[in-house]
Amino acid sequence: MKKYPIITSISYPKKGAMGKTGTWRVFKPILDQNKCVKCLQCWIYCPEATIIRKEDNSVEIDYEYCKGCGVCANVCPTKAITMVREGEEK
Amino acid sequence: MAIKDLPLEEHYIPGSAACPGCPASMALRMVFKAIGKKMIMVVPACCTSVIESLHPYTSFDIPLLNIAFEAAAAASSGVAAALETMGRDDITVVAWAGDGGTYDIGLQALSGAFERGTNFIYICYNNQIYSNTGIQRSGATPYAAWTTTTVGGKTEFRKEMGEIVQAHHIPYVAQTSIGYPEDVYRKVKKAKEIKGPKYIEILAPCPPGWRFDMSKTAEMGKLAVETGAWALYEVENDKITFNGKSKLILEGKMKRKPVEDWLKLQGRFRHLFVPERDEKRLKEIEDHIDMLWRRYRSWVGIEK
Repeated sequence: MKKYPIITSISYPKKGAMGKTGTWRVFKPILDQNKCVKCLQCWIYCPEATIIRKEDNSVEIDYEYCKGCGVCANVCPTKAITMVREGEEK
Repeated sequence: MAIKDLPLEEHYIPGSAACPGCPASMALRMVFKAIGKKMIMVVPACCTSVIESLHPYTSFDIPLLNIAFEAAAAASSGVAAALETMGRDDITVVAWAGDGGTYDIGLQALSGAFERGTNFIYICYNNQIYSNTGIQRSGATPYAAWTTTTVGGKTEFRKEMGEIVQAHHIPYVAQTSIGYPEDVYRKVKKAKEIKGPKYIEILAPCPPGWRFDMSKTAEMGKLAVETGAWALYEVENDKITFNGKSKLILEGKMKRKPVEDWLKLQGRFRHLFVPERDEKRLKEIEDHIDMLWRRYRSWVGIEK
């Protein structure tokens, strides 16, 4: 990345600028790939961009940064995503 | 516009300082997708100056300028003028302000920039409160809503920013809601292609400010439109068109849901239902929305 020779408070883009935000999570979204119809609703609504869209339109959740808001589980038309309390997942 | 056609590119980097379920980050993702990396964003004091995270890092992979509360439109005018002088017409200038910085504090600079015909997009993400500073009332707060400065419920109705901006007769004015990300994407994309001042307002239901569960952000954005408390429309060169569910409501093809459906999900309207129903204020809200829709119908020439 190009750094600018200016002495001022310039911030540079970085993944996890506020640390690993996955630690904020109380409930963890668990995706059931068998129920997923690849509609991408979760991908478009995710506020944190932690739902990763793949080439074939299937999705994956980035647990390192997912804040566990549950928007994805709420918008999922087939209820393929369920919110499970952290540490109680099977 | 189908969801599958939206670009994969992502300039919102995970690990930001936004609250979980933040509507502003949802909207930002759509704006970044629609405009791409060739933009300069001007952000006054608002939630986004927190969401972009702390120095020396940022979560936005685009050039961004932070500026004082009232100066979003004024600073954008400066950036647009500099780009014009340099002959760079491939870069879009976007002012991104909250409702406090638009309805109240930034209104004068905004009006000035529209009057001068500055070539930029002004996007207001409207969460109907000053949420960054801890939920104070703003000019966008609806009637009877609780905030920390209107404890028994606000006693005034919100102002219609869309109509104030339309009075400037600029090339493009639009209202949209984060419940419909494709609509947000389409409108921002359209505004990008138009020269001159553009104004887009995005309704952003704020979970901590409106007192609802953080998983319901999208649902609240949709319900606001379905109950008629918010309308999706766009105005191109003074010609108004309503979109999506608002179009159906306007033409009478869909009956709008009672506004109560939207109110009772929000903790900020709890005093209207508990300990007993406040029929008087509920009716006032319903009547106000009816009045609003009568006015919308008169704009497009449907009298009912």
